[in-house]
Amino acid sequence: MRPDAVPHASGETGYYGLPLLKKPVWTWEVPLYFFVGGAAGAASIIAATAEWTDADVTLVRDAEWIAAAGGAVSAALLTADLGRPERFLNMLRVFKPQSAMSVGSWTLTAFSSTSSASAFAAAMDRRLGGSAPVRLVHDVAAPAAALLGTVMSTYTGVLVGATAIPVWNRNVRLLPAHFGASGLASAVAILEWLGHEDAALQRLGIAAAAIETATGAIIELRGRDTTEAMAPLREGVSGALTRTGGILSGPVPLICRALGERHRSFRRVAGLSALAGALITRLAWIAAGRASAADPAVSLALPAVERQPSNADTCRS
Amino acid sequence: MPTTAFLTDSTLCIGCKACEVACKEWNQVPSDGFAWSGLSYDNTTGLGHSTWRHVKFVEMTTAFGVGGNSGDQVSWGFSSDVCKHCEVAGCLEACPTGSIVRTEFGGVFVQPDVCNGCGYCVVGCPFGVIDRRPDDGRAFKCTFCYDRQRAGMQPACAAACPTESILFGEIDDLRKRAGDRVAELHARGLDDAAVYDPRETSVGGTHALFIIRGDARAYNLPPNPEVPTVYLRDAWTAAAATAAMLIAGTLAAFAGGRRRLEGRSHEA
Repeated sequence: MRPDAVPHASGETGYYGLPLLKKPVWTWEVPLYFFVGGAAGAASIIAATAEWTDADVTLVRDAEWIAAAGGAVSAALLTADLGRPERFLNMLRVFKPQSAMSVGSWTLTAFSSTSSASAFAAAMDRRLGGSAPVRLVHDVAAPAAALLGTVMSTYTGVLVGATAIPVWNRNVRLLPAHFGASGLASAVAILEWLGHEDAALQRLGIAAAAIETATGAIIELRGRDTTEAMAPLREGVSGALTRTGGILSGPVPLICRALGERHRSFRRVAGLSALAGALITRLAWIAAGRASAADPAVSLALPAVERQPSNADTCRS
Repeated sequence: MPTTAFLTDSTLCIGCKACEVACKEWNQVPSDGFAWSGLSYDNTTGLGHSTWRHVKFVEMTTAFGVGGNSGDQVSWGFSSDVCKHCEVAGCLEACPTGSIVRTEFGGVFVQPDVCNGCGYCVVGCPFGVIDRRPDDGRAFKCTFCYDRQRAGMQPACAAACPTESILFGEIDDLRKRAGDRVAELHARGLDDAAVYDPRETSVGGTHALFIIRGDARAYNLPPNPEVPTVYLRDAWTAAAATAAMLIAGTLAAFAGGRRRLEGRSHEA
């Protein structure tokens, strides 16, 4: 074959290297929702567990308010991202277990209801100086919110994992634990910045940072043998964001918390780093999804060696 | 109701784009702008929210002798692409509102009065067909001319095609015709002709069959499309394990330190 003067279509380059898949249409609201929803879900677990183990009452109260506020903000963010926000309630027309978006919408609705019911009932109970019916509402809503909170913190990994986007579906087993751990780290950080110094928070912070460090290591190591699919996590803007987010949510808080056993201020730094890391990581995964969709190499099963530079830039807007 | 399908035969397509125009006119699909791609005669470049039929201009260098090609010439193939109307459709599975439904003709249809523009179908399609229209907010794709089919008519693109490259009919009949046509092409020396109908994958076959020449990937047709629901088992297993870990870990963290912390006061 003669050298190509003009672009050609072939089994090596695909159709002129044009993308096969459509890019995710989600803008900043969705990664921010992943961040807020993850923290809120973890906060409700902390609230229920702390109450059940008779931990400090102010810690329980603050964790409940974080969960309630996070649930409300999450609903606002998810609605704002819709192309037709006035139709959010159409999410509740049907329940489809095979759609993570449907499961998530129902979970968010139930979570924001139970977490705010729990927080408001607890506040009313304190104001009334003890009221059996109000306490009953709280005692039912708090564990329900905690159970739904586990879904809130993890389902977003299912949501992006079970898609046609290669970099997302190749990491489908990693994402729920990744998002769950950084959600937990975020809730711990917010509680510490509200002045709570319970040793349990430090332990949870260490555990979350350890899981995030392991996640970062897995992403780096797996990228070596499955370069094509994992490239967006290593190259370009999305790669830089992934690594920055990974370092801020894994090794940095882990080291700071180790030092924090003696110096309290290090725990605060660890929390701040974990919060920034959790947010940047979620932005990174969305950016990686966009980069992955633009590259036909994996979705079209093109041979890696002879692949031409992508013509994605010439694609109409 | 008969289960219907398209059979798009690229060996008969002359690249006139009448199907694109007929689709736009009948369905009142908005303009998708004017841009020069520099890629053969294809300035549309792909299916999308405002392109439901798309004629691909596939310039390939083929091996000498295949289908009468002289090895130093470019083979110029045309193929009209369309939503595949998958047997197991990623967009339909992903849709949280129930806006995307399967019609009585077997096609996949987006109900525009229900769609709330969540965008999850966009990342659910393994063929990159459906997309959200930015100025409208809802997702759009080929309707399989549901309105025309209800009225007993064939889709606008098939009606407009001057060479019968786009055939519309009952799916089993078209599958048989596709096989016959490929056998005929092989007999005439076009031995790289093949049917694209991924029935062996998780998509389970499509309601838009294609006759193509050579490598399907040159037509941006994936050899192994996967419906994303195949990842759900792994995803929810990982989520359940994480959920159990979150509860167990939090319990351990609080219960473990409870005795030591008792009576300790906190800043407000």
